[in-house]
Amino acid sequence: MLEFDPVILSRIQFAFTITFHVIFPSFTIGLAAWLTTLEGLSLATGRPVYRRLFDFWLKIFVVAFVMGVVSGIVMAFQFGTNWSELAARTGPIQGPLLAYESFTAFLLEATFFGVLLFGRSRVPRWFYFLSCFMVAFGTSLSTFWILANNSWMQVPVGYALEGQQFVPTSWSAILTNDVLWVRFPHMLLAAYLTTAFCVAAVGAWYALRRVHAEDSRVMLRMGLGLAALLIPFQLVIGHLNGEYVEKHQPSKFTAIEGRWETEQPARLLLLAWPDEAAERNSFEIGVPVLGSFFDSLTFDSREPGIRTVPAEERPPFLIPFYGFRAMVGMGLVMLFISWVGSVLVRRRRMDAGKLPPKWFLWATALSFPSGFIAVVAGWFTAEVGRQPWVVFGALRTADAVTPSLGTATALTSLLIYIGLYSIIFPAGTYYIHRTIKRGPGNETEADESTEVKIHRRALPFGQ
Amino acid sequence: METIWQFDLVHFWAAALAFSILMYVLLDGFDLGVGMLFGISGDAGMRDRMLSTIAPVWDGNETWLVVIGTVLFGAFPVVYAIFLSAFYLPVALLLGALILRGVSMEFRGRSTQRRWLWNLGFSGGSFAAAFVQGAAVGALVKGIDIDNGQYVGGPWDWLSPFAVVCGLGLVAGYALLGAAWLVAKTQDHLREWSYRWLLRLLVTSAIFIAISFAWTLLAGLDITARWSGQPMLVLVPAGLFLIGIAGTVWSWRVRADRLAYPMTALIFLAAFTAFLLSFWPWILPGDLRFDQAAAPPASLEFMFYGAGIIVLPIVVLYTVGVYWIFRGKSRPLSE
Ligand code: HDD
Ligand code: HEM
Ligand code: HEM
Repeated sequence: MLEFDPVILSRIQFAFTITFHVIFPSFTIGLAAWLTTLEGLSLATGRPVYRRLFDFWLKIFVVAFVMGVVSGIVMAFQFGTNWSELAARTGPIQGPLLAYESFTAFLLEATFFGVLLFGRSRVPRWFYFLSCFMVAFGTSLSTFWILANNSWMQVPVGYALEGQQFVPTSWSAILTNDVLWVRFPHMLLAAYLTTAFCVAAVGAWYALRRVHAEDSRVMLRMGLGLAALLIPFQLVIGHLNGEYVEKHQPSKFTAIEGRWETEQPARLLLLAWPDEAAERNSFEIGVPVLGSFFDSLTFDSREPGIRTVPAEERPPFLIPFYGFRAMVGMGLVMLFISWVGSVLVRRRRMDAGKLPPKWFLWATALSFPSGFIAVVAGWFTAEVGRQPWVVFGALRTADAVTPSLGTATALTSLLIYIGLYSIIFPAGTYYIHRTIKRGPGNETEADESTEVKIHRRALPFGQ
Repeated sequence: METIWQFDLVHFWAAALAFSILMYVLLDGFDLGVGMLFGISGDAGMRDRMLSTIAPVWDGNETWLVVIGTVLFGAFPVVYAIFLSAFYLPVALLLGALILRGVSMEFRGRSTQRRWLWNLGFSGGSFAAAFVQGAAVGALVKGIDIDNGQYVGGPWDWLSPFAVVCGLGLVAGYALLGAAWLVAKTQDHLREWSYRWLLRLLVTSAIFIAISFAWTLLAGLDITARWSGQPMLVLVPAGLFLIGIAGTVWSWRVRADRLAYPMTALIFLAAFTAFLLSFWPWILPGDLRFDQAAAPPASLEFMFYGAGIIVLPIVVLYTVGVYWIFRGKSRPLSE
């Protein structure tokens, strides 16, 4: 039976709010870059299709970005409300990293976001392009700092303990943490891939419905092309992520593997269900030798099992185990679709007047959530796999919670967030869906957001 | 030498914190205020125009709240931990209100049938956010229970009658800033409407300030002990306060559209200075001084050389720049 105490409620709340939050950055980081690209292409070639697509995706970007910002503000304060012990002890390290994020990234993106939305006719075109770039640049900086912070929590370096406080001894060690430099590109690529598949999926959907032919072709080609290019890098960097976990976080590694006993050569488990009391799986399906191959690129390496980790340091294993498989599975789906897409482009099946095979369009259209699934699954793997530590090996989650926090209070805030998010998430999805249904260049008056409409007319442009 | 440098770093970050709070209050203050006035006016055309005056800037304004949070976290982590655990429920309410308000502003323009709901979310969220912030300041003035560097009070301690008065006071104050902003940004009917509210809200805010001041004196709250014998602590803010009030009234009388906002901002500056002077050098009066609460030098220095002396000035520059891009009046829809 699950006991609801402030620790578990805070964990649920953190998991719930960060999952909600990360959905939007995964999309907006890539989308900001996509908008910058479109604006650049439009400046360079003058083709109307780029401008049309820009205006279309901007409308979607706005909704996602606003939801990303407001849900992010919650994150910045939860360290103090729910994890005040963590905040007081690790503040000297986590605080400056997050402060850098606000100063260099958040202010930049939020300020230029206004120009992006309402500045089109108030500033020169080069400046407008620059503003797009600033927003995109801000989102990447933000990714860097947040991963610097999270990587320090995963593999703490460059600190000393003074009493109970973690005091920084080397910022360069913290910022050159090799873990950070495999996780930051992994997350950035994840965001680009997420957006690439959303763009391609919208293109595929229009192609299936035989509408917006030109826009649809541009979106399919650009989305799938970018994905085809990036996905091999993502798989390689993903493998490097696995290596860091194996090296620094053996407990998480065994959870991802799901094997209880050390094996040589090791199997790769595809399905497993744990029996924690008996310290074995009550059910499992595995492929011989493949485990050794993936972990060490040899056919006979010895790979550790969960039993090598002391019982009180084991993470729950179901979530990292299946999370990891979901993420890698999505990676393979992305690889397949984007490469088939490239072949189709080379065979001229995506030229004007031609239609790619129906099954392929369906597969692409249905792949729109692939990036989101991979991102959330990846984070669940990383975060749940690090339990029971909040700062790996140094501070337990149970010791990090706010001492004065009571169960009823924690439950109240959790219910506030759940209530609120379950209203705004469906609404946001609905508005995005409706914008997509109307399609680029097709805007009726009612379709434009009123603010944009008002601004078009109400401000003294060119004064 | 080392210790003097450390001390100056603490001053720098205390000043940067004060600066961020002031930025937040003056900027998000007016757009929360516009949100509340939006709720008061029932007129759809007027509402759309009100929104168009804050639409390009509200997001940047709100981000100063995040800056406050992270500077506190980085430079004064213990205080960040204590404040946020003491204000657990109000913070959750504040964040909920800000979420509701932000998305409502975006969704209302897209909605056809449920626009009334998002309108309500926008103005209700603005009210709630302003109230909670004011109440938290009130609770802080009253003092919070800490022991051994940890909050030891209950979840509802913040909600005293005094805090309620402060909460309502900030509601009036932010609405005042909002009215002054609208006066500068709008024309015709809406501008006149805003002028009417400017005066009403000025009177209301002044009354609330007087009440909370008197209450502080009568209740003998800790911070008043600092006022006696140091007339400057009272005189400087009082001077600013009177200039601000007179200036606001003047701009109302002669319809000086662009003067109203700076003058109302001066009133806030006066209140803020009074607050700072009464607290300094305590961050939690009687319990914790700024220098005791500061992060170790390695943290302060790391923030200082990048974020402090390079990025912060750049931020100020481009913030001014973007306000400059959107300068001037919005015009009514019918033109
Ligand atoms: C990979 C990227 C990523 C991840 C893992 C996170 N964020 Fe985030 N966050 C962003 C990427 C981002 C972003 C792209 O910069 C924003 C801006 C708009 C958006 O949609 O996401 C954002 C917005 C955003 C904001 C609002 C900023 C503003 O006012 O403009 C805050 C305070 C945070 N985040 C804080 C956090 C915290 C404390 C996190 C973890 C515990 C976190 N974010 C995870
Ligand atoms: C990069 C910034 C992030 C930081 C600094 C961070 C930090 C934290 C902290 C402080 C906790 C609470 C303590 C704990 O339970 O360990 C936590 C838990 C958690 N986080 Fe993250 N997190 C980040 C990103 C994410 C993302 C993007 C996701 C998923 C989408 C995620 C998923 C979770 C989950 C599922 C938990 C609960 C784990 C559990 O309690 O079993 N995290 N993280
Ligand atoms: C063969 C493919 C892949 C492998 C081997 C792989 C490996 C990993 C590993 C081991 C982690 C955990 C890192 C940690 O615990 O800190 C991780 C995390 C993550 N993965 Fe993957 N990954 C792959 C594909 C993908 C794809 C396709 C995406 C998204 C499009 C993705 C997105 C993420 C994200 C968002 C995280 C969490 C952030 C982080 O911990 O860095 N991964 N990945």
